[in-house]
Amino acid sequence: MNPFSSGTRLRDMIRAIRACKTAAEERAVVRKESAAIRAAVGENDNDYRHRNLAKLMFIHMLGYPTHFGQMECLKLIASSGFPEKRIGYLGLMLLLDERQEVLMLVTNSLKQDLNHSNQYIVGLALCALGNICSAEMARDLAPEVERLLQFRDPNVRKKAALCSIRIIKKVPDLAENFVNPAAALLKEKHHGVLLTGLQLCTDLCKISEEALEYFRKKCTESVVKALKDVVNSPYAPEYDISGITDPFLHIRLLRFLRILGHGDADASDCMNDILAQVATKTESNKNAGNAILYECVETIMSIEDNSGLRVLAINILGRFLSNRDNNIRYVALNMLMRAITVDAQAVQRHRATILECVKDSDASIRKRALELLYLLVNESNVKSLTKELIEHLEVSEQEFKGDLTAKICSIVEKFSTEKIWYIDQMLKVLSEAGNFVKDDVWHALIVVISNASNLHGYTVRSLYKAVQTSGEQESLVRVAVWCIGEYGEMLVNSTGMLDIEEPITVTESDAVDVIEIALKHHTSDLTTQAMCLIALLKLSSRFPACSQRIKEIVVQNKGSLVLELQQRSIEFNYIIEKHQNIRSSLVERMPVLDEATYSGKRAGSLPATIPTSNGAAINLPNGVAKPTAAPLVDLLDLSSDDAPAPSSSGSDFLHDLLGVDLSPASSQSGNIQAQKSGTDVLLDLLSIGTPPAQSSSFSSDILSISQDNKTSSGNLLSSPSPQISSSAGGSPIMDLLDGFAPNPASSEVNGPAYPSVVAFESGSLKIEFNFSKPPGNPQTTTIQATFTNKSPNTFTDFIFQAAVPKFLQLHLDPASSNTLPESANGSITQDMRVTNSQHGKKSLDKSTISLVGCDTECSMMSGVAAVGTLSHWSNGISRMLHFAAFFLQFEGAVLVIMIIMGCNRSSGKQLARNEVETSNAK
Amino acid sequence: MGIRFILMVNKQGQTRLAQYYEYLTLEERRALEGEIVRKCLARNEQQCSFVEHRNYKIVYRRYASLFFLVGVDNEENELAILEFIHLLVETMDRHFGNVCELDIMFHLEKAHFMLEEMVMNGCIIETSKANILAPIQLMDKAS
Repeated sequence: MNPFSSGTRLRDMIRAIRACKTAAEERAVVRKESAAIRAAVGENDNDYRHRNLAKLMFIHMLGYPTHFGQMECLKLIASSGFPEKRIGYLGLMLLLDERQEVLMLVTNSLKQDLNHSNQYIVGLALCALGNICSAEMARDLAPEVERLLQFRDPNVRKKAALCSIRIIKKVPDLAENFVNPAAALLKEKHHGVLLTGLQLCTDLCKISEEALEYFRKKCTESVVKALKDVVNSPYAPEYDISGITDPFLHIRLLRFLRILGHGDADASDCMNDILAQVATKTESNKNAGNAILYECVETIMSIEDNSGLRVLAINILGRFLSNRDNNIRYVALNMLMRAITVDAQAVQRHRATILECVKDSDASIRKRALELLYLLVNESNVKSLTKELIEHLEVSEQEFKGDLTAKICSIVEKFSTEKIWYIDQMLKVLSEAGNFVKDDVWHALIVVISNASNLHGYTVRSLYKAVQTSGEQESLVRVAVWCIGEYGEMLVNSTGMLDIEEPITVTESDAVDVIEIALKHHTSDLTTQAMCLIALLKLSSRFPACSQRIKEIVVQNKGSLVLELQQRSIEFNYIIEKHQNIRSSLVERMPVLDEATYSGKRAGSLPATIPTSNGAAINLPNGVAKPTAAPLVDLLDLSSDDAPAPSSSGSDFLHDLLGVDLSPASSQSGNIQAQKSGTDVLLDLLSIGTPPAQSSSFSSDILSISQDNKTSSGNLLSSPSPQISSSAGGSPIMDLLDGFAPNPASSEVNGPAYPSVVAFESGSLKIEFNFSKPPGNPQTTTIQATFTNKSPNTFTDFIFQAAVPKFLQLHLDPASSNTLPESANGSITQDMRVTNSQHGKKSLDKSTISLVGCDTECSMMSGVAAVGTLSHWSNGISRMLHFAAFFLQFEGAVLVIMIIMGCNRSSGKQLARNEVETSNAK
Repeated sequence: MGIRFILMVNKQGQTRLAQYYEYLTLEERRALEGEIVRKCLARNEQQCSFVEHRNYKIVYRRYASLFFLVGVDNEENELAILEFIHLLVETMDRHFGNVCELDIMFHLEKAHFMLEEMVMNGCIIETSKANILAPIQLMDKAS
């Protein structure tokens, strides 16, 4: 019985599937068939195995799972009949892949079939091996394949050649065994064998330098001769394609010559004549001829210099580029891209044509042309090309704008010599396609603007004008909002007019209008709105006359559902309302951003500096809130009014504002800290008890931890990002805890071998860790945590949790109580036993040891990573959540503990909600 | 390895034959096919036959209601792949006699056998139609 023609049921199944009107119907049919096949597999049904497999292949093609048929393939392959084997192998190639362990089972069958007396069966096995073999199979079966390269039948030799490619790619060590047999294949007359032999040689050259040398020496002439033969061969009907004998073979030969000639003058010399002949004699009115010319040009470009040939090649390219067939134009662009390294001058000549191609209606051609043009830009043509590209941006299709914008921005950044030109071009791009601009591009623009002090007035006025007409372009709006906030008075007073400018009259309320519109625009996202609030705060000081109006706008966000906006609105409102005296110093203009640092950061930590939209939102408020932190202490009347001026944190604030990842800022903390006078709560706490020089390694730990926290506790706190608040609300916890109590941990480090550590202490809460080790068991450490509540309110529902890295074991005893009485009337203690399974094996980080000043293996230290407050709405009551994150250095691991406690302010009733988020670094 | 996959897709975007020369999971395949088909079928006659998608270059050609799409890597000669598609179609024509979508559907395994004789592990093995079809005809005769 023939398995292929008698499969009426296969036909029925295909018909049934074709008759399906909906995807659901199709799924039902497939499900039914799959079930039937599975049943047949279970019954070990011999007669229908091949038919079932054929069905499975069809089902597989439709995209349904077919793994249950894999074993069937193996059974079919092991059977003796050719048709069964044939479909078995086909199934093997379609349904299996080299990653599946089942494949190992087939090695034996393959070996038998490679030695089979029937050459067709040998061919089948080679084909399967060539398509799916794994490294192990390659090792096992390489000798067979090597032998088959000399098989009497050419159809087997050609398959063995391709199979060898797979083998040497999987196991490059085996390459040397194949060099000699491969060289022998190059002398063959059979097209298939020659074609595959060339491919094998090409791949051998890629893997082994010696092979390349060998072929160069022994085979260059024979390959040249083979090309001559095929070029000059008489009409051969079997291989003829539109008057050319076997263009595929032409192409393979040219490609191999390219490899031989590349970097070798003698070999290049040897092939000059035949390349010239191909380049001049090949018919270029048919696709097949053009395919050969295309390959020939590439070979000429790759081999060692021969000016005559190069001229020929460039001429062919010119002809291609002006061809009316889009396919030919496409490959011409592709070709020019490779030719540019060889002969940039020749490519530059076609610049105008290429520019036309950028404007083509065909997306593929546009994309190629744009990439090529990007490579063509240099100092001398950058201005004209940028102008053209920006003009085209206005009319280009939406889906092309993204690519085009990215390229223009990149060109402008790379080649800008004058700031004013850079700013002008960027503003044009932002006005045209601001929504396609990546965040780091407009961040860079702000850095440049900040540095161009003589252009501040010009820029802010240009932005004001631009935003009137292109208010829907988000990133333009952001830059404009930032600049108006910073340089608003220059806009109104027309300070620093340049000659080229047309004077405009802008009133203070016009400037505020722009921000208000941006704030309320429906497309504005959180970042933009947050920037608007900052700008308004700044303007309230710059434009005292508008102060009242600004306050009203700010207050409108008091009820915003977005926590970030709500908080800003409330805080800024306080500043405007009650703190006239410090406001002007609070909202001073930003210090100039360091361009070198910023560009270094962009280049150095690329993944980190391409912030996701979320990332930008996180970092921005983070930085922004810091300077305001100190006055807030004041505002909430919970601390004395000696808040220091925040200006010292200006520089990292700016980096953060610009969406630069937090890491650079905090890794700098070591240096910055020296100048800081305890203003910045976060940084201050970070560096407690640590010498400045070492704090960088320290804070990078924290950083990776807080990254984790960001994701893990976000939902828990119903806040978009807890990290924002961790630093944003730096002081409210301080107010709760009454002031900037420095952490006393530093005083403890020189104590006994296992010093007890005050992890956190403030006016309201003290957390202390005591360490002890049971004698004779150095692996285990007991940590006793003692919590004392010094505030006048009772904390209830106290929960403390901790987590450890995998090599540690943690046993957490129950806490002595879950209520923490007020006014230090008692405390809760809780024991943790930590067992280090790799005690003595896991090497400790030396820097952390010296950091603590202990030399024992269980050096420990602690500190407060961050403290903060979150406020959120729940049942209409504003609830403040205070939290603190600690870290504990333990035998080379860092444990991080985050405690969150809630209290309901409005009712005065205590709501303590303690959540502990832990995570570990290292 | 030049050729990374070969697809035959009808006008409605249904896959009629799929052969991959590199490993992709079922989900990746479905997604890739969907994206490619959407991209290629939307193009008109005048536009060029090459589409760049992810890190593939897709060379496609339409014959009546059937699209032949070949995914290649960047090194490949696009014009030669166009010629290869034509050779594939001519080979099928010679076997089926004016091949159509239904021939491929109902003789999927034969279409695969032909492809197997033409391409292996992403490389072209044979360009002579007679040589490609010989084993298939032999098998037909034997049954």
